[in-house]
Amino acid sequence: MKVLGIETSCDETGIAIYDSEQGLLAHSLHSQVKLHAEYGGVVPELASRDHIRYLLPLTEKAFQQAGICKQDIDGIAYTAGPGLIGALMVGASAARAMAMALDVPALGVHHMEGHLLAPMLESPSPQFPFIALLVSGGHTLLAEVQGVGQYKILGESLDDAAGEAFDKTAKLLDLGYPGGPVLAKLAEQGYAGIYHFPRPMTDRPGLDFSFSGLKTFTLNTYQTAVAEDLGDQQQTKANIARAFEEAVVDTLRIKCQRAIKQTGIKTLVIAGGVGANLRLRASLKVMVEKQGGKLFYPRIEFCTDNGAMIAYVGCQRLMAGQYDPLIIHARARWPMEELSQIS
Amino acid sequence: MSQLKRHLVNETAQLELAAQIARLSPPGMVIFLQGDLGTGKTTFVRGFIQALGYQGVVKSPTYTLVEPYVINNRSIYHFDLYRLADPEELEYAGGRDYFTRQAICLLEWPEKAEGYLPQPDLILHLSYRDSGRDVLIESGSDQGERLLMTLDS
Repeated sequence: MKVLGIETSCDETGIAIYDSEQGLLAHSLHSQVKLHAEYGGVVPELASRDHIRYLLPLTEKAFQQAGICKQDIDGIAYTAGPGLIGALMVGASAARAMAMALDVPALGVHHMEGHLLAPMLESPSPQFPFIALLVSGGHTLLAEVQGVGQYKILGESLDDAAGEAFDKTAKLLDLGYPGGPVLAKLAEQGYAGIYHFPRPMTDRPGLDFSFSGLKTFTLNTYQTAVAEDLGDQQQTKANIARAFEEAVVDTLRIKCQRAIKQTGIKTLVIAGGVGANLRLRASLKVMVEKQGGKLFYPRIEFCTDNGAMIAYVGCQRLMAGQYDPLIIHARARWPMEELSQIS
Repeated sequence: MSQLKRHLVNETAQLELAAQIARLSPPGMVIFLQGDLGTGKTTFVRGFIQALGYQGVVKSPTYTLVEPYVINNRSIYHFDLYRLADPEELEYAGGRDYFTRQAICLLEWPEKAEGYLPQPDLILHLSYRDSGRDVLIESGSDQGERLLMTLDS
């Protein structure tokens, strides 16, 4: 079965074609991050307008790349939520219209389910069950994944997501917004051990996260350092960035280790934009292997939003006979535990 | 319109104030929350929403722009407009659909959508002081004024 996947939940327009027999045939992506960087944020209306502009050319490109024609498609999957409602509606409407024209079924897919299952696009792919750490700008959660649609949330952020903590800390250090990746790069030049940040909520049981308090800690540390005038301010910032990153990575590692112990499941998957952070990957790899388990993660381009993960999930569900009625369906808020499992 | 100033020594004091204001807030209440990153705007909203009986997690809506809650048939919307680049964008995102006489709206970074928001009943200005926070509460309507009087008594 060949499925066209469309992702338009936030800043990225992602289109891909997944074949249940041959795997991923094509994927193309347009990112609005540059556009939004000029404005200093995501502009919902600009996001929707940009999705409209790029969706069809990217779809043409994907078909060319796959070397198939539109009539070869057996189904269409689109991100139905959660996300910015205007942006979601663009993908949902286009998918529904194309499905009608081609007389194939269409299905709305949960964006986070896409992320959780993105490592399934790689070879070797993880075997169910596994523990998934989903870390991005909007989400930080630990889930037990027993199969497609069988998710149990083990823990989640009670306030800021890990990616958001990166972005806001970058802003506090005058690195711009959203500056998470800039902060991670600066951290490479920082010395370890100069500053020590707390590891929030690791001193008590449970698998929830809280990164909000790190903002105040960063600001206090930075202001104290500036007041003491330690000379090279760029180096001071790099040292703070290093200490901050280590705190976040350590916190995530401690919670993942707890999840492994609690469930007895030794396969760990990292997904989401922060999953591209190299220090996080390295730290989790060492921990998992020490437990006798294995770490899986998608290639960096599938850590962030993309169409391939949507095409993959859509393909699994369409093959199981699921499809949506003839309505355009998009939800800004959508709890993942409401998803149905596939038989 | 009057003002009230308080020093909040820690997070508990901040949650306590939020709970007091929540219990005094009638439907239709619009509260603006101003203050730098990390001064506790989301913490205030968490205290407010949980004081009304919400059991779940109150997450930062920076990424999603707005998080809706329904508590005992009352709608509460938590906005974070930090990522808006142009005030008009709130209009395109369907902003005005949220401001009804039944719903309570709590807005972080209202200055990012100036001109597209209703008149606030209360404005909270949060700032850092020592290891705690200062809060200056201003009333913006008769309803807000009454709430402030009760809070002060």
